Amino acid sequence: MAKISDRSINLGSFIKREDDSIVICRCEEITKGEIREAIYAGMFTFQEVKKFLRTGMGLCQGQTCEKLVKNIIAEELNISPLETGAAKGRAPMRPIPMRILANDKEGS
Amino acid sequence: MKRYDLIVIGAGPAGLSAAVEAAKRGLEAAVFDENDKPGGQLFKQIHKFFGSKEHKAKIRGYNIGKELLRNADELGVKIILNAEVVGLYPFKEVVVNIDKKVLHYRADTIVASTGASEKMITFPGWTLPGVIGAGAAQTMMNIHGVKPGEKILMLGSGNVGLVVTYQLLQAGIEVAAVVDASPQIGGYGVHAAKVARTKVPFYTSHTIVRAQGEKSVESAVIAEVDENWNIIEGTEQSFNVDTICLSVGLSPMSKLFSMAGCELEEVPAKGGMVPVCDKYGETSVSGIYAAGDVSGIEEASSAMIEGRIAGTAAAHKLGYIGEKEFLAEVKLQRESLESLRQGMFAPENKGKVFTETEEGYQISGSLLEKGYIDCKEIDEYPGVKSKEGIHPVIECTQNIPCNPCQDSCPNDCIVVGEITSLPEYKRSEECSGCGLCVASCPGQAVFLINNDIENNYSYITIPYEFSPLPSDGDLGTALDRSGKELCEAEIVEVKSIKAFDNTHLLTMKVPLEYSKEARFFKAKEE
Repeated sequence: MAKISDRSINLGSFIKREDDSIVICRCEEITKGEIREAIYAGMFTFQEVKKFLRTGMGLCQGQTCEKLVKNIIAEELNISPLETGAAKGRAPMRPIPMRILANDKEGS
Repeated sequence: MKRYDLIVIGAGPAGLSAAVEAAKRGLEAAVFDENDKPGGQLFKQIHKFFGSKEHKAKIRGYNIGKELLRNADELGVKIILNAEVVGLYPFKEVVVNIDKKVLHYRADTIVASTGASEKMITFPGWTLPGVIGAGAAQTMMNIHGVKPGEKILMLGSGNVGLVVTYQLLQAGIEVAAVVDASPQIGGYGVHAAKVARTKVPFYTSHTIVRAQGEKSVESAVIAEVDENWNIIEGTEQSFNVDTICLSVGLSPMSKLFSMAGCELEEVPAKGGMVPVCDKYGETSVSGIYAAGDVSGIEEASSAMIEGRIAGTAAAHKLGYIGEKEFLAEVKLQRESLESLRQGMFAPENKGKVFTETEEGYQISGSLLEKGYIDCKEIDEYPGVKSKEGIHPVIECTQNIPCNPCQDSCPNDCIVVGEITSLPEYKRSEECSGCGLCVASCPGQAVFLINNDIENNYSYITIPYEFSPLPSDGDLGTALDRSGKELCEAEIVEVKSIKAFDNTHLLTMKVPLEYSKEARFFKAKEE
């Protein structure tokens, strides 16, 4: 399924919900409410929410929260989670201290 | 930069199988794994595998793992542990963090068998310490020898949930309940039955509402859901547990393929985002293969076959074997894979609910909802036929590709035929009472019954994998399939031979009237 192309969805104004305080991205400590607000601010794909809030950029690299975030976006926009796009795989695939990465002589 | 013919990423069942198969054909192969032990999930799998002989049925997962490692070692496969692959770049350059150094390798072929991670669901309190994945619980118990908790609520009744529940019980942990939002138990009925007869209740059509606790989980609240998954008000109930295990599915760890430029697709039946592969496991990037859970969630048995196919394909690609040998080997492996992908729990049947078997037998509604077959339904099945004298009773009622019962019987009393068919007990053949079928059934669904009609007693032999092991003369209580206490029972024989591979056979003596009901033994508490 293609990524959502309709950018004109009008969600109205943001209304708080009871479960907004649940933490969704545990690595970066981002709550459901923050993700919902980001969607209201116009972040309609997983990649956009990620760049806006850092969800999926922590220790587990989205392995836990990617599906959860996609489901929240899908629910808010009333679309399929398949339309929320995928996260791009980028190096480093696993968290790595800068002093180790910067010491990569062979690759330079 | 060191160059290998094949670099495998992930030393689980798929990756090791790929490396072994390639090394057999002369490829220089290296396997990187981020863990400190190889084997992936295999060494946590202390249960006996399903399938047929060629799928290593009735062998416990860790023994399959040991054999794979031995093969890899003999063939000179280099397994590099504590090695985190941080990048997969064009020209098959693999960048690995080993011992705080970033090292670069190149390969002519790559098999990425990076496995899967556990899915999570969120509810108030899900971040409290004590909410863990079922796989994590398994790692704690079976690798590190640590109890994950004292009292557990299991969320999810798929095979992972059921197998881990059973292992928790084996570790001496109390399981308060197995909860599933779906109206039916998701995993094999035989796995559910093993758990149900120890008196663990199943709550189908129920979901978790919240986890409660100050600093860690102290209790879990569940509630019933209607057919639209909405919570029915007033059905909440609370369990005092210190641990909540989530087994709500696995998702493939396929990001490395995205980085390597391979085409990916979201396939819900395969668990999520997976690389697009041809029938040899080759992705859209020539020479990069996927095998195991990363290409679609399945069992370890199918992961090993996928690994073998990918390893053989890599050997063929690099010219180590000719077209003829390649096609013949792949044909063999594909057939083996297809036979595993049959039956009610085949990947293509995911989410489907069957009401009858291939043969036309009704599937027990009680089994699907509560985890045990009702005593009134049991006589319907072909494996359950009463007879005077000792004979097997096979309570296997779903089409699962598995046949160790047939293979193990020296007197050919048990016939499975087509691998997914329900086993049938042939009354015309003489049962010697050896018990090999009881010990070999990975679902622990075979019992031996010996009715002594004259003296009004029945001797029931059950598979038993708990400690402490009762001994001859011990008194206790016979339990029925739901774990309900039936009557007093005396252990008259305990058989523990090497061929049983740690499944002990307990024979208990009960009054004849309970011969069709008594299926478990509870020792008297000291």
